[in-house]
Parts: sequence; C-alpha cells; structure tokens
Amino acid sequence: MRYMKVAVASAIVALAGSTLSAGDFKPAVVFDLGGKFDKSFNEGVYNGLEKFKKETGVNYRGFEVTNATQREQAIRKMAKKGSDPVLGIGFAQGPAIEKVAGEFPNTKFGIIDMVVNKPNVQSIVFKEHEGSFLVGLLAAMASKSSKVGFIGGMDIPLIRKFACGYEQGVKYANPKAEVIQNMTGSTPSAWNNPSRGGELAKGQFDRGVDVVFAAAGGTGVGVYQAAKDSGKLAIGVDSNQNYMQPGTMLTSMVKRVDVAAYNLFKNAMDGKFKGGIQALGLAEGGVDWALDKYNEKLITPEMKKAVDAAKADIISGKIKVHDYMSDNTCKY
Amino acid sequence: MAKTKQPLPAWADIILIPLINLFIAFAVSSIIIYLIGENPFEAFKVMIEGAFGTSEGIGYTLYYATNFIFTGLAVAIAFHAMLFNIGGEGQAYIGGLGVAVALLALDGILPFWALFPIAIIAGMLFGAAWAAIPAYLQAYRGSHIVITTIMFNFIAANLMVYLLVNIFIVPGSMTPESRVFTENAQLPFMHEMLGWIGIQISESPLNLSFIVALVVSILFWIYVWHTRWGYATRAVGFSESAAEYAGIDPKKIIMVTMLISGGLAGLAGLNEVMGVQHKLMLDFVAGYGFTGIAVALMGRNHPVGIILSSILFGALFQGGAELAFEMPAISKEMVFVIQGLIILFSGALAYMSKPWLERFFSLFVGDNSSEMEVA
Repeated sequence: MRYMKVAVASAIVALAGSTLSAGDFKPAVVFDLGGKFDKSFNEGVYNGLEKFKKETGVNYRGFEVTNATQREQAIRKMAKKGSDPVLGIGFAQGPAIEKVAGEFPNTKFGIIDMVVNKPNVQSIVFKEHEGSFLVGLLAAMASKSSKVGFIGGMDIPLIRKFACGYEQGVKYANPKAEVIQNMTGSTPSAWNNPSRGGELAKGQFDRGVDVVFAAAGGTGVGVYQAAKDSGKLAIGVDSNQNYMQPGTMLTSMVKRVDVAAYNLFKNAMDGKFKGGIQALGLAEGGVDWALDKYNEKLITPEMKKAVDAAKADIISGKIKVHDYMSDNTCKY
Repeated sequence: MAKTKQPLPAWADIILIPLINLFIAFAVSSIIIYLIGENPFEAFKVMIEGAFGTSEGIGYTLYYATNFIFTGLAVAIAFHAMLFNIGGEGQAYIGGLGVAVALLALDGILPFWALFPIAIIAGMLFGAAWAAIPAYLQAYRGSHIVITTIMFNFIAANLMVYLLVNIFIVPGSMTPESRVFTENAQLPFMHEMLGWIGIQISESPLNLSFIVALVVSILFWIYVWHTRWGYATRAVGFSESAAEYAGIDPKKIIMVTMLISGGLAGLAGLNEVMGVQHKLMLDFVAGYGFTGIAVALMGRNHPVGIILSSILFGALFQGGAELAFEMPAISKEMVFVIQGLIILFSGALAYMSKPWLERFFSLFVGDNSSEMEVA
C-alpha cells in the first residue's frame, strides 16, 4: 500500500514536471461589482475562463471586488503575488489597471470594455453599436405595427450606445418605424429588476410595440417573460438568450466577452500576448446576432438575407454605424 | 438609563457586552465556515493578519475606519437627540458632491492649504443641506425621520447618477466620472506624509482625513458633553416634553442636530473623494453610511467607542477582502455573511445578553439597587 502511494506520488511529480510551463503560468482575474454570477457581463468572463481552465488544466486566481477602492488593491495584490496576466473587468477598473500596470511594467495586463494606453496592457472593447444595428434591423422587419421598443438597464452612456445602434438599424430597415425607449433606472439595481422590466415591456406593448430589445442584464428576464405572455417578440443581449423563451425570442445581440477573456489567457499562455487596443466588432466576431434552433422559425429568408447584407456592408465600411460614445449624442 | 432591578456596572455594559456579542458572532460564523469545509481558526487568522499584520493591511483597515468614524459620529449625534438618521448614506454621497464641486471649481486657482478647509466646509454644508429637509419635516411637520431619510438616500443616488451622466462626465469618456482633480486638490496619503519624516510604510488609501476624523471625534465629545447645545440635545433625547418645559426648543434642537449629523456624514465624502478617488464617481459611499448605524450602536454613541468599533469594522472589511483572496472557497458572499452576523449580534441584538448578565451579576452583588440609584 505504501509503495502504491509512493508510486502515485512520483507519477504526480513526473506529471507536474512535464507540464512545468502550465504550472508557471499564473493568470488572474479581478471581477467587478456585481460578481462573477451576475448573469451578464462578469459571468460571461467567468464562463470563458472556466472553459480555459477545463481545456488547459491551468487554474486561475479570482477576486470579486465589493467597493471601488478594492479594485486597485486587488489588481496590485495579484501582480505582487506573481500572477501574469492580470485581467480586469469593466470600464470602472481602467484607472486601477493603468496605475498598477505602470508599477509592474513586466507583468501583462488585460482590460475589457475600456482602453488603457500602456504597452503591457491589452484593452479589449466591443463595437456594441454594430451588433445592435443588426438586431434593430431584424426588429423593424419583424414588426407589423412599425413600432419597436428598447429597454435599457441603468442609464449610462454604454447603454445609450446600444440604444443608438439599435435605432439606426431600425431606421435603416424602415425609415418610418418608431422606436420607443425606456431605461429601467439610474442605479445599479436597474441591472437586476425583472419585475420593472416586465412592466416597462407591457407599457410599450400597450403603445403598439410588438418587438422589444432589452439591454438590461438580469432585468431582461422580465422583459422576455412579458413578451411571451403578450405574444410579442423580444431580443436578448450579451449571451445567446434565445433558449429562454423559445418561440418569442426573435434573436439575441451577443457580445462575446467569454471568447475575449478566453483568448487573452490563451494567447498569453502561448506567448502571443500583444499590448494595445482590440476593438471587437462584427468583423472580429466580437458582436453578432444569434440564430439557432430556438428562433429559426422567426427569421424569414428575407430577413436573413437583409441582415447578412447589412453585416457585410458594416464590415466593408459601406454602412457606418454611429457610436454614441464617440460624442455622447445619437446624431447620424 | 432605564431602571432595572439590578443595573449592570458600567464596565460590563461598555466592555463586556460588546465582547460577548463579538464572541457569539464569531462562534456562529465559525460554524458556517466549518460547514462549507474550511478551517474557521485558519480563516480568522487570515482575517486578523490581513487587517493588522502588515502596514498595508493596517492602512486599509484605518482607511475604512475613517469612513465609519464619520458616519458613526453622524448617527450618534442624532441618537443623542433620539433621532434615527438612516440617511448617512445619501448625506455622505451628497457631501462628496460638495467636496467635488468645490475642488473642480477651484483646483486650478487655489493652493492646497486653501482648498483643504474649503473642501471640508463644502462637504459638511452639502451633507447638512441634504439632512435639512428631513429634519425640517420631522421638526415642523411630524414626518418620521426614519422614512424621510431613507427616501432621501434614493433621491441622492438618482441625483448623482443624473449629475455624473449628464454634467460631470468627461466628454467622450466611457465612465460616468468627473475629471481627476489636480495634485494640489488631493489629500496627502499617510505613506506620503510619513515618508516626509523618514518613516517608510506600504502604500494604502489611508490619508490625512483620518486625522480629520480624530479631531472631529474630539470636537464631538466637547460638543455633546461640554456645551449648552450638547446638553440641550441630550435633554431632548431623554424627554422632549421635559426639555421643552425647561425652556429648550426641541424643534430647533432637531434642526441643529440633524444639520450636524448630515455634516458629519458628508465628511465621509472628503475621505473618498478628496482623499482616495480624487474624482467624483458613482457609488463611492458603498454602504459606509449604513454601516455607520452599527458602528454607533456598538460604540454606545461615544467617540471613543465609535473609533474602536470603526477600527473593528474596518478590520472586518479589510480582513474580509483578504479572506476572499486567500481562501477561494470563501466567496465574497460568505464574507458578507460574517460581516452581517457581527452587525446583527453587536447592532440589532446588542442587548440580547443583558438580562442574563444582570441575573449573573445579581448572584454576586447583594440587593444594593437603592445605593446604585443614589450613585
């Protein structure tokens, strides 16, 4: 029995020796307020990193901040403990990443949804307006009343960016269509208020809306439910949410934070880490619209043709989608 | 004090009861930590070392404590007039707005020594103004202060979002934040100040406002126990009608006390905005206003007690972060549970053990209640 143990132990040692490179690779992530199970942005990153862990067998350090001051503290702590790369999630971590990246010039950093200009930082941003344009186009084509709705989460520039891209897509498909917009609230609780989301959606349906796009995190669940109850169509966001209410989910605007986070770790592991900005739009597969078995009956061949054409035109630059955050207005 | 048959000696009330409460909280937390498969002793060791083991840890602990001293004193002064100010959260938020407005307007013009007092005054004024409306409604219209101050927390949160998203945001920026103040409008960090006199400590957010908090604590003590206003405040707290009979105007006292309370809470904004973040941002208060209620309860509304319980809560916050860092099985939700248990046992159930203790003490002491009353 004892020999068995020794044998097993030496086998483990041998294994560990053969994958030394994996053992030296110590990635870390600092999740933002909301935590890794926020059913949205942080969770997308979490899923991507769990996939990385499963595929490579490399464990990563994780921390969930609970107040603004902890961001810098946690990122610095990761760097101090020798973690490399250190990934920060969300625009709010930008200043902290910038500061710590300056203190640890030999450590690699990553940040999602924000641009930090340091040679050892990879900034990953998404062109949400491009994806929103496509689902706006689909919404306008699916609408019989020529009235479509938008329900945002917390009223911040990022969500107005979604709204603005959506509006442009709607008008592109049907210049006479009307877009009715509502924001759920102005505090972070707006990301997780499904009952209010449902009420806003019903209010929009009463005003003639028959397709609604929810860019509202957990609040969207209430919107999708309301759409199903009223026999209207809804559009999901961030991850592919088509499965949530099959039959009344027109599509989802997917933002592949999971892929972005996975790629960052994978590239760093393979020695292919690059500093600088990565703007992930339609061309890079960072944003897209979702088509699967749950919504294929709702997307007519005509709609698919139109949206594919628009997608190609955006990638080629023929259609320019205005980015709300470039000037904080929605003039296009 | 309420007349019980056998009053507790003062030391038991001030020291023994909080210690017993802490002990119960730690015992219950230990059971939970054990149940999720971690070693509770190991966990508390990580927490204590994280909070006090390094100069960085101490810095973070005292940085949190700075916020809690301000919000704790804010709750305490209102308690002395029997007012329950739950609006510390909003008052601190708006106080931070005042600090930011003053600094954004003047940081290009004035040097630090002029900006520092201006920021303090602006923070206090804004915090006081935010408390003024609930105070007026309580004093002159009879609307209960608990309800109105809670409501004002929500109004403050919405107002700040509006201001940050529409007015203070740097054009083209992703984040609803103001621009960063210039160097002369930032409070020096403790590691910088000690560096000037040759003492090296690790970097932490602890800054000059900690000293402000200690000075304010002394002023609080003088005000409450050594001025006529403080006497009047306590008189109104004991019995409004008796105070009125004695020629004190309770309405005026309610107004003054709530203005001071709001001003004290507003100073938490000084620590966060001028001391640490150096800009106005969303949600920088992060619940410190609410924690101030537990701090004041545990500190028995006395500045010394409040400083001590602030350090305890600061240690909980910092040690809790360290715990989540070192023990992956203990998520941030677990840390909230532990913090919540301590708040529950030392705040909401503060006097749970009092009847037992009284019975326990009366075993040793004869029936000398008449003596105690005279004393």
